[in-house]
Amino acid sequence: MKTNEMSGGEKARIRKPRKKRWSKDDTELFLLSLPTLLWFLIFSYLPMFGVIIAFKVYRLSPGGHGFIYNLLHSEWAGFGNFSYFFTSNSFTMLLRNTILYNIAFIIISASVAVGGALMLSSMRSKKASKVYQTMMFLPYFMSWVVISYFVYALLTPERGYINGIITAMGGQPVMWYQESKYWPFILIFLNTWKGMGYGMVLYLASITGIDPSLYEAAVMDGATKAQQARNITLPAIKPVFIMMLILDCGKIFNSDFGLFYQVTGQLPASLYTTASTFDTYIYNAIQSSAPIGQTAAASFFQAVCSCATILLANWIVSKIDNENRII
Amino acid sequence: MSKKDKSGQSLNQIKASTNFVFNLVFLILAVMCVIPLLFVFSISITDEEVLRINGYQMVPQVLSTSAYEFLWNERLTILRAAFMSMLVTVVGTMLSIALNTSMGYVVSRRNFKLKKIYTWMLFIPMVFNGGMLASYVVVNNILKLNNNIWALILPLACSAFSVTICRTFFRTTVPDSIIESAKIDGAGQFRIWLQIVLPISKPVMATIGMFAAFGYWNDWFQASLYIQDTKKQTLQSLLNQMQKNIEYIANNPYGGLSLQEYKLGMPTESVRMAIAIVIIVPIACTYPFFQKYFISGLTVGSVKE
Repeated sequence: MKTNEMSGGEKARIRKPRKKRWSKDDTELFLLSLPTLLWFLIFSYLPMFGVIIAFKVYRLSPGGHGFIYNLLHSEWAGFGNFSYFFTSNSFTMLLRNTILYNIAFIIISASVAVGGALMLSSMRSKKASKVYQTMMFLPYFMSWVVISYFVYALLTPERGYINGIITAMGGQPVMWYQESKYWPFILIFLNTWKGMGYGMVLYLASITGIDPSLYEAAVMDGATKAQQARNITLPAIKPVFIMMLILDCGKIFNSDFGLFYQVTGQLPASLYTTASTFDTYIYNAIQSSAPIGQTAAASFFQAVCSCATILLANWIVSKIDNENRII
Repeated sequence: MSKKDKSGQSLNQIKASTNFVFNLVFLILAVMCVIPLLFVFSISITDEEVLRINGYQMVPQVLSTSAYEFLWNERLTILRAAFMSMLVTVVGTMLSIALNTSMGYVVSRRNFKLKKIYTWMLFIPMVFNGGMLASYVVVNNILKLNNNIWALILPLACSAFSVTICRTFFRTTVPDSIIESAKIDGAGQFRIWLQIVLPISKPVMATIGMFAAFGYWNDWFQASLYIQDTKKQTLQSLLNQMQKNIEYIANNPYGGLSLQEYKLGMPTESVRMAIAIVIIVPIACTYPFFQKYFISGLTVGSVKE
């Protein structure tokens, strides 16, 4: 009897949440989340409706109305803004630069981070390892504006340190900011340099989380250090690696604006075709008086491609190894 | 195989020679990360004449404090920019902690009625955003925050990523029993969040706060888009402006000099490096202490639900 009653009561309790009405708790939680909710509506969702700009020929209506009024009363452009962007001279160059730089960044940064983390974790002195980590983390906290001063100090043609060394060894000084051929290497180097500490520490954190008994067992079986790395450490950091990979794929149409714009010295004409990306193009368009609809088309194209790549990368991962998808 | 002979701890250590090589590699990398800072500092204390003749050197040949004296004479500009940077950083960080933890707490409540909708609402911005132009239009044309310091604060105040970090933290570390018992004692959700959850969640507040503080202090991008008024420049945007135009800082000549004379007498090369140092020093002095919060943030953020 009693047990029956109990289970009846339990059933009711289990069923209860499903039928649950809106409670005082829900109201309070809703009010507590309201400021953040508004933030998301204004700064995340309102820009999504900015998509409309890309399909309009934005014009100021007479009478000094607000932006939204003007926008809604502007003429539709269909895909005109998009076809302008796709057929412009810059489009292929921007697409090529953005994607190739990102692919290089992903491959090199990931190898450096994983390799560095493996090395750091196997170092004998933990104290030394900590000191190196802290020192290598420094560039991560510098803004690109500050880093552009570092680069300037090294590369500026008349007084720069590197040209000083070149001339001291009897060479010809290089006009760094006008020679586009060096910049792919400089940009890739700087990107690796800035993110290396972060990446290594990220992977190191998941390596230190591995159960030490796995290694002990491996040693008992006579596994070498390299075999341990291949069979224990690498599989253990795979989830983080794949997560980072998917996130990086989502950014493949984006670029670190500061790197391409500030470090090159506001992107001079000599470096335009080497270091332009979608972001620098859109930024320049915002700063100039380019028609807002065309800029919006470029911006929208970038956003849609980012969304598509992150979903695609996640889908591919889910097909190969369903455990590790992030969405 | 000879390693097997040794006992216990040393059993699984790398060879001494390998260890030496690893140390050497990291020593080089670590020095590479720190040396630009020392180099810039060294330029900032080198005599301007020597810089003009010899170029930049790692070790200053003739020491001079003229760059810092110049900055001291221009302290009105510098201090105003520093004040703006501090203001944006402090207000922004506090706002960011409040917005992220409150939302994080709400979505961490398992029986909140709107949980599903909120989860989607946080997920969509992670994969899709309106793009740079649309955000610019929202801040500039719709909210009309041009030349307003809120344009520097609001757009960076919150992110789905930070909210997720908070949610994961609250789910895993704050016991439900504490919240239930507070509820029985008659506390509302706002009070539970403020007086019970936040005091025991210092690590996640530190993580969110540090990400926000460094983000605000280092931000120059928002400033370059929205702030044209010279009186509202932050240190980063001052540095950014000076890269385009070194005389930017020389707006108020002193001592009866004309603007032209004043600009000519300015130790331009060392001054720009001195300002960079003014920005870097607060970061370089604090980040080693806060580094652990960044690392915990990274690892907490990577826990998937």
